[in-house]
Amino acid sequence: MAHAKDRVFPHRRSADHGQPGPAHHPIVIVGAGPVGLVAALDLASKGHRTVVIDKKSNLSDGSRAICWAKRSLEIMDRLGAGQALLDKGITWKTGKVFFDTRQVYEFDLLPEAGHRMPAFINLQQYYFEHYGVEAAQQTGLIDLRWQEEVSGLTMTGDGVLLDIATPEGPYRLLADWVIAADGARSTLRRLMGLEFEGRVFQDQFLICDIKMKMDRPVERWFWFDPPFNRGRSALLHKQADDVWRLDFQVGNEADRDEEVRPENAARRVRSMLGEDIDFTFEWISLYRFQSRRLQRFRHGRVLFAGDAAHQVSPFGARGGNSGVQDADNLVWKLDLVIKGQAPDGLLDSYDAERAYAADENLLHTTRSTDFIAPKSAASRMFRDGVLALAETEPFARRLVNSGRLSVATSYDQSPLNGMDGFARGEAGAVRPGAAALDAPLDGGWLLQQIGGGFAGVWFSRERHVPEEVARGQAGLAQREVPVKALVVSQETACARYGAAGAPAYYLFRPDQHVAARWHGFDQGAVEAALDRAIAKS
Amino acid sequence: MPLQYDLNLKDPDGTYAAIIDAHGDLTDAESAALNARLVLLLANHIGDAEVLRKAIEVARTSLGKAR
Repeated sequence: MAHAKDRVFPHRRSADHGQPGPAHHPIVIVGAGPVGLVAALDLASKGHRTVVIDKKSNLSDGSRAICWAKRSLEIMDRLGAGQALLDKGITWKTGKVFFDTRQVYEFDLLPEAGHRMPAFINLQQYYFEHYGVEAAQQTGLIDLRWQEEVSGLTMTGDGVLLDIATPEGPYRLLADWVIAADGARSTLRRLMGLEFEGRVFQDQFLICDIKMKMDRPVERWFWFDPPFNRGRSALLHKQADDVWRLDFQVGNEADRDEEVRPENAARRVRSMLGEDIDFTFEWISLYRFQSRRLQRFRHGRVLFAGDAAHQVSPFGARGGNSGVQDADNLVWKLDLVIKGQAPDGLLDSYDAERAYAADENLLHTTRSTDFIAPKSAASRMFRDGVLALAETEPFARRLVNSGRLSVATSYDQSPLNGMDGFARGEAGAVRPGAAALDAPLDGGWLLQQIGGGFAGVWFSRERHVPEEVARGQAGLAQREVPVKALVVSQETACARYGAAGAPAYYLFRPDQHVAARWHGFDQGAVEAALDRAIAKS
Repeated sequence: MPLQYDLNLKDPDGTYAAIIDAHGDLTDAESAALNARLVLLLANHIGDAEVLRKAIEVARTSLGKAR
């Protein structure tokens, strides 16, 4: 097989072509990038067929997103591609920050022991997509259609009519639901006349992904005002296959065509790494970025996800990772609505929860951007003050902001959150709305046990399960929306969930976020929380 | 503890002089840079976000830039 980045996907004329009327499909996903693929895989895991269309004939052009956060890896693990990503990716945990010629700050992502997935791996986006496509083909439920593009969209009463343009002429699809995962320049967003709201930045950055053998530690290096890029910033980060990401801030007024000429880009590369290095270019790209989002991610039966719904600056790796979480949040809701097991209103919570997440990501990335590229003399004065103080004063190191790295959003105040039977601040990391924390079990992992449906976990150091709990869990497992019954007594898991002393019961949603929790067990309360988590009450 | 409006300095004239002295040999740009560092150090020392918010508000108001 060709290398992931060189794979070419031919157009294949589908059976839907040349039919008198539009072909009906329950779910059409537009965009076969990370977000569209995760959505398709997750839907397949719940038994749904999808048609995925993408206008390209290849995977991601260039490395693009390269940092995949723990939560994305956990989601991909649930969908069967986690190990492949882990095996190919570069695991890292240390970041160093330099100001002028001096190191001023070093951070360790402190990967707590006892999680299946590391805090981060670095891996080119085309590999993420490659493993996604491989997994998709194994499901037998995902119809990937390359070199096809939506050219028209009409909302009908109970569906969406799509005009599809292909190299072999047009055809039409009638979808019950459409997931718009077609990226920053979303065709669907344009066809529906939807506006982005937020800030557009003038700062320009040049990415040079180069291939070279280099004996350096696997660390993220970030420079403020280095001698080789005076007054600006630069980043160096390793990817798979000896590919390195170099990112240079360049002037707002720099000429795009000049900057991306290989001889000019090579001058920048050599200024960072030395005159004598031997390298080849993988990808050169000049970018500006935006911090903005759609006002609403749900428009009837069209659901926007990933960059099509929101765009952030790249500092913090919150683009690709938040898109993967969008899909994770959306799919279980769509599944229950399609099966008639939850009201249509459950999909409104996709908008509520992921718009909240987008705002969190916008806030963090905008703050990072203002630190990296100050917008006023005063802002630069404070920035430089922080960097200078950071060398000697511990407090200032926490103010250095070269990107706050992506972590799963906790859906605080979500309408789906149920009872928090814990005291305020008690085991706060796993409060209702938060993503589950992994923990080792005998011969496996907690997140693998929780799986992709509702799960109720009785955490107790006492291995004997009280009769009332066992009976209640058996009853919950028989409901229309079943709750998988689990009992966990391992020390690390119980400690992480605040059950080192007294037992606790947690209700997890299919996206592995906490719906509700209690010390002790009350079946009626769990049923009420379950109804709330599927927007039935 | 709320922002102190009443005098909280044991040696008001000495404190004021110490701040001015710190700027004695500095250019305008260096003075501004020094002030930024002082604000960061003192903000950390105070710690209380509400006190800082109030101080920012009072300072802006005295500049005629209340918001």
